[in-house]
Amino acid sequence: MNEHDQDQLKKLLQQALPQVEADAEPARDLWPAMLRRLDADSAKPAVSVRNGFNWAWFDGALAASLVVLVAFFPAAIPLLLYYL
Amino acid sequence: MPNESSDVLNRFRQGDAFAFETLFHQHQRSVYGWILRIVRDPSSAEDLTVETFWRIYRAHARFEPARGFEGWARRIATHAALDSLRASGDKFELDTEAGGEIPAPPEADPAVSAEIRAKTAQAFRRLPPKLRIAATLAVIEDRPQKDVAAALGISVAAVKLRVFRALRLLRKDLERQGITP
Repeated sequence: MNEHDQDQLKKLLQQALPQVEADAEPARDLWPAMLRRLDADSAKPAVSVRNGFNWAWFDGALAASLVVLVAFFPAAIPLLLYYL
Repeated sequence: MPNESSDVLNRFRQGDAFAFETLFHQHQRSVYGWILRIVRDPSSAEDLTVETFWRIYRAHARFEPARGFEGWARRIATHAALDSLRASGDKFELDTEAGGEIPAPPEADPAVSAEIRAKTAQAFRRLPPKLRIAATLAVIEDRPQKDVAAALGISVAAVKLRVFRALRLLRKDLERQGITP
């Protein structure tokens, strides 16, 4: 594709998709929507709360990995206890 | 460009909600306008403006006041718009097919029929979002490549490459439909 082809294509594209007006602005003030978004975000717990203590998915995955490790390599128990 | 004081920027960096509100009101229009240029749908642009400022609020600790707010906000806005285009790529195509007539620009070339313009617009919307954004901003909106590069977080050379790839793919698509630009 040479430069002439590119220019032709650019012109066609500009005909097909006109530029957005320079002074475009939202139809309404977006601050109330922003506040709703912030409220919804702050109401969301960072981790799921169950039985009175915080329990993130990562904690669960770590605990499961430890159980598997201990089940297959019981000899690792003293090493784990040492590092706890 | 709004001229916010360094005090507001510093307070925003520290997580001050009032400083965030000030910056929101100063920049919502420019952020909206930038996003509208990319997604070309006022309703989506409004939602994405809120999404952008939400990301901005969450990232306040990473903001560097010395580098200014507008460029940083524009970069976050561009990525929010890119995520949206990736998530709803098919939707825009369907909208065009169902939408029918594409309005002619004020200086429309009479040699280019409405059908060709519609097919070109549809083919353009089929491009990968990453290429489409670069071509939208650099070719359709005629923004300086330096600004496009800054907004996308890539080099000017990468912008040129993306525009070239976008035009090449567009040309192939049009040729498949029997349109020779």
